[in-house]
Formats: sequence, C-alpha cells, structure tokens
Amino acid sequence: MALLKVVDVERCVGCQLCMFACQRRLGLGGTSRAAIFPKSRGGLSRGLMVIVCRGCEDPSCAAVCPTGALKPRKGGGVIFLPHRCIGCGFCQEACPLGAIFWDEESNKPVVCIHCGICAQYCPHGVLAFEKEDK
Amino acid sequence: MLAQDPLKNVLYIDLSKRKFWIEPRPELFEEYLGGVGVGAALLEEECPEGVEPFSPEAPIILAVGPMVGFYPMASKTAALFKSPHTGNLGESHAGGRSAVSIRLAGLGAIVIKGASDIPVAINISENKVSFIDARALWGLGVGETGRILREKTGKPGARSIFRIGLAGENLSTFACVVTETYRHFGRLGLGAVFGSKKLKALVITGHKSLPVADKKAYHECYDKILKQILETDSLKKYHDLGTAVNVLSLNRKRSLPTKNLTQAWFEEAEKISGEYFAEHLLGRRLACAHCPVACIHLAALRIPYEDEPYFYKTSFISYDYELIYSLGSMLGVGKAEGILKILAKVDDLGLDAISAGVVLAWATEAFEKGLIGTKETLGLSPTWGAVEVYLEMLEHLARQSNEFYQTLAKGVEHASQRYGGEDFALAFGKNEMPGYHTGYGCHLGFLTGARHSHLDSAGYSYDQKLNVPEIGPEKLAELLFEEEAYRQILSSIIICFFARSIYKYEVISEALKAIGYDFSPEDLKALGQRILRRKYHFKLREGFSFEDLRIPKRILKTISPHGQLNEEFLRRGIETYKEILLKERL
Repeated sequence: MALLKVVDVERCVGCQLCMFACQRRLGLGGTSRAAIFPKSRGGLSRGLMVIVCRGCEDPSCAAVCPTGALKPRKGGGVIFLPHRCIGCGFCQEACPLGAIFWDEESNKPVVCIHCGICAQYCPHGVLAFEKEDK
Repeated sequence: MLAQDPLKNVLYIDLSKRKFWIEPRPELFEEYLGGVGVGAALLEEECPEGVEPFSPEAPIILAVGPMVGFYPMASKTAALFKSPHTGNLGESHAGGRSAVSIRLAGLGAIVIKGASDIPVAINISENKVSFIDARALWGLGVGETGRILREKTGKPGARSIFRIGLAGENLSTFACVVTETYRHFGRLGLGAVFGSKKLKALVITGHKSLPVADKKAYHECYDKILKQILETDSLKKYHDLGTAVNVLSLNRKRSLPTKNLTQAWFEEAEKISGEYFAEHLLGRRLACAHCPVACIHLAALRIPYEDEPYFYKTSFISYDYELIYSLGSMLGVGKAEGILKILAKVDDLGLDAISAGVVLAWATEAFEKGLIGTKETLGLSPTWGAVEVYLEMLEHLARQSNEFYQTLAKGVEHASQRYGGEDFALAFGKNEMPGYHTGYGCHLGFLTGARHSHLDSAGYSYDQKLNVPEIGPEKLAELLFEEEAYRQILSSIIICFFARSIYKYEVISEALKAIGYDFSPEDLKALGQRILRRKYHFKLREGFSFEDLRIPKRILKTISPHGQLNEEFLRRGIETYKEILLKERL
C-alpha cells in the first residue's frame, strides 16, 4: 500500500493547493472536508507546517475509538467506517499530530485516506505519494 | 447562483452600536458577481454624497467573488471606501488569506459602518462576530499587533488578520491595512479609515464547503486552468525572481524613475535588482491562499546590535518591484540592505510604500531647492541615499511630529500646495506615482484609471509592446478603457491580475458555469464596462473632474523611451477616455 508523505516541509510556500485538492475530490469547493492542513509556524516569516496523517502502523486514533469506526489500515493509517461513528471525538484528542479534523456538518472526523491526490497537486515538492517496500 | 452558495450573505457591522447582522443580497451578486462590482454597488448604497472620509458615516466595504475558494489565484479581496487621500473613490485590493477566509466564513461582503469610541478589533468566524477591546493594542506596530492577535484569535491556516500601524491610527491619508504580515491594502488610505473608526484590526476565520453545480465540468476546468498557470512563462518569472525582475529591464529601457524622476535610470540598479536580492538576501518564498505561483519574496536581513558583539536580529521583509522603485531608485538608495531597512519601517508603521517613497523623494528635492529647511524637518537633512535620515523622517511622518510632517502625511499634492514644488510633486489624481516612466501609456493610465494606479489598466505594458506614439492618444485611450473594463471582471470574480493572461472572458464564463453562475463572455464584457462606469459615476458625484487633472511637469521634462512627452498628447488621451466613458449612461 502506498502512503502520503511530507517529504520536505521547508519547500512549502503555503499555497494550500493540497488542501483544496483534497476537498475537490469530494466534488466541493472550500476546505471544511479536507484532511490536510498547511499553516504557518506562528507567522508566515517562520515558515510553514503541513498537518496530515502520517499513516501510523499502530494508530492511536483507532486505539481509542469506542465503536470500531476507525480500523487500522494495511500499510499504515486508518479506514473510517462512518456508520459506526458516534461522533465522540476521542480520535481527535488522541492523535498527537492533530491530524484528525472535524466535519461540523456531519459531526464526524475527517481523516486522510492516503489516496495521494494532494501530492499530485503540490507544485513545490513538499508532498509525495510513496510505495512502501515491505 | 446556487441556492446553497453563501456568497450572497452580506455582513453589516455597526461599530458605533457594536451590532452586526447578515442580509442575504443574492440580487447584488447575480448582477455584479462580487468584488469590485458588488463593492461599488454597496458603496453607492452606503456612502452618503459628499461625506467626509473620516466621518463615522463613511463605510468600509470588503468584498470577495464567486471564484474564491474554487479556483487557483482567486485570492483577492476588494476594499471600497471614500479615500481620505484623494477625497474621492477609494479602492484597494489585497491577497494573503483574506479572500478565502471571508468566502469560507460564508460571506460575500462585509460592510463596516459607524465608529467606536475606544480602540476595538473585530473577530469574525462562521456565523459569529465579536468585538475585542483593543485599547492595549493601540500604539503598537503592525508586526506586534499581528503577533498578539495570532495567539488568541481565530484559527491558524484558515484565518486572515487585517491590522493597522501608527500611521493609520494617526490618520496619515496614505496609511495602509496589512494582512498576513506581507500583503497590503496599500493604496488610497484604507488604514486611515480604519484608524478614524478606532478599528485596530479585523480577524476573520472561515473554512466552510462550497457547492458545485457541475462536478465533472468543475474538475476539468480547474485542471485546465492550473495547467496553464504552471506552464506560463511570465508566471514562472514571478515565482523565480518575483516582480523585482523588472528593475533591470526597466532600467535598461530608461524607464526606472530615479531621484524623484530627475532621471529615468539608476547608476546603481544592479545592486538593487531582483537578481541581487535573490542571490544575496532571498530567505523564503510564500504564496497567497490557493496560488501556486508564490510570488511573495522574503529577504532575510541580518542586522548586528551595536551594543554587544555576536548579537544579531534577523528580520524577514517582503520585497517587490514597486517598493524597490519607491524606496530605492526614487530615493537614490543604491543598497538592497538599505532599501530593506526603510521597507521594514514603512511596513511596521503601516504606510503605503509607494506613496511613502514618493513623498520622501519630493521632500528631498524640496530640501535641496530650499523650499523647506531643517526647521521643517526637525533638524534632518534629507539627501539622496540617506537611509538613516529617511528612517527618522518616516517615524516623524507617522507620528506627525510637527506641522511639516502633518502636511507630508497627506501626500505630495497636499505638501506641494503648502510649500511649493508642484512641478516635481509626482502624483496623478492626488495619488503618488507608481514605478514606470515608460512613455505615454503609463502616464495616461495613471491619469485616467479610476484608482490612478498602474494596475488599473496596462499602460506601461502597451508602452513596451506597441508603438504608442504612432497609434496616437485616441486609440491608446480606447485600449486603456477596454483593459480597465476587463480588469473590473477580474476584480469582481476575484482573480489576481497576475493571472490575467489565463482568465480571459471565455475561460471565466466556463469556470463560472461549473459553479452555478451563468455569464456569457459577452455578458462579462458588457458588465466590466458597466462596473467601470459605475465607479466613475461615484467619482464624478464626489467632485472628480477630468479637466482638473494635474499633469506633473517633471514627467514632461525627463526623457522617456518615447522621448520628451508632449502634454497635448496626454490631454487628448484624457479627453477621449472621458468621451468613451460618458458615451453610455449607467
């Protein structure tokens, strides 16, 4: 399975094309359902960071999910089963990266599915979609 | 417009009563798209005739357009207001995250009315507005204000922080509003209008979803546009060296206004060129939200402290062509590091950098000619290239330390009326001159453009691409009108002008259709003209007259690439522009 990686965050210019690409995948404009979030490190002069799921092999978000709505995914990360989700928000609290976002409209988490579409739209070599050799 | 599209929502804020409400105004956006189109209509509704720009009744309108949040390089917000600098139409645009934050907060426009009795900041998030007591922020610079607000207000990455500095607080008529540290509502004094309302800052956060009318068409259209953006050479140039790439080429063409345009080339241009900045000082590049070009170039300036060895501060300062012109060649500053020092000061005080440079250039020449002396300047002796003197003068100007600096803080038109030196007071329609002395096109553009800005039309570009003296003033005026009308559409939907070669009427029409807006290329063309006429309708109502436009003698004296310019040519151009404009009624 392939994983999305932030290969060099120092190259990030903060254009947020990744975030818009993630949202567009759902046939929407805007950003509320995007699972990747670039932001400054406290003022743009300090540069940027990209908050996104690292694809943990043993994910904390899945470990705390009381209903099994987040299942560890083969190769890293999680698979989200929305029908099981009760919107408790434990997953969001458990992720140390802050990479579980929240969709206020459905009251459910938004998490990266490692499809790699954001990497396709990153014009500056920050993101890559890589096959794991395991 | 799709029923669920929140663009129709106009947020009204009354600072006097600390009240806010939202009114859906779909009819405005269906007719005028957004941005400048809707902004001009709202200005007409909200701005009483003849109102003083600093009166509580004078509104501030911020407007975004349908393409924002959907398409790349749709990243600008248009501000409309009564300009304290010209006493007439005020309009300036800024990027950063401003537009995306407003649009994704579920708004199309914000109207700010009234005035607060104490300094306040406004915090806007999705469906909520709060007023923050900003007394503790009053008197702080642009940088520190941003740093403080960033800690407690809004959501990082989805927010925009508009703020003013000392210049805005003290009502310098060319004070600007800064967003995201490096982007500005630069021209015509929006910062002073904020100051007059005791509005220190406005923070807005938004990350909603937006509905699409035709998903397949949207994806195709998006990919087509993005591909073109990434493959366009001129945009690559803006990514590589930034707009500063223009310094050397304009200098080679003898079009770089230098030392208050006593000459149009600078012997030290190499040392302030885009190439020099990139090689020696460039520290980081940044982009506005949803823009792959990343034209924002930050120089890393390392300055040692005098009182202790091995103790440095490193500041990141964004530079662009216009600022290198106004604070560099125009002031005879031939050192990139010197320009950056002045720029850092101008930015933190919250002054428009073009006007600030031109004002200092006028003061330097007026001092040289004895029109003003050290009594006026408070002991300072401005001479070309005197960076440290300029730094002190800027501080005095922002604080308006005496009558001279109070006068200077209102621009060169005002200062030259008081002290003389009109011939070399470089302003058009009272707005200080941008960095082009390319020939008739640029100057006719500054004179006729509704904002008297180089971005209104493309005069400087026609000067370089066409044989302007041969096509004559009538044809030139026609071209400028057409281009300015087209740009009303760009600034209504609202797209960065750098993408103008990509977003032509046909592309815009197709892109709009996918998100639920039905405008044919012909509709857009007609609408652009209508918006421009509407803006001029406001200008004329507020006392603008084409006949009263002053042509600074200096531009006729200093040789341009078209040789010595002839006033008659420019007057005929102005006359033709006026005829085209008034040919049709609103």
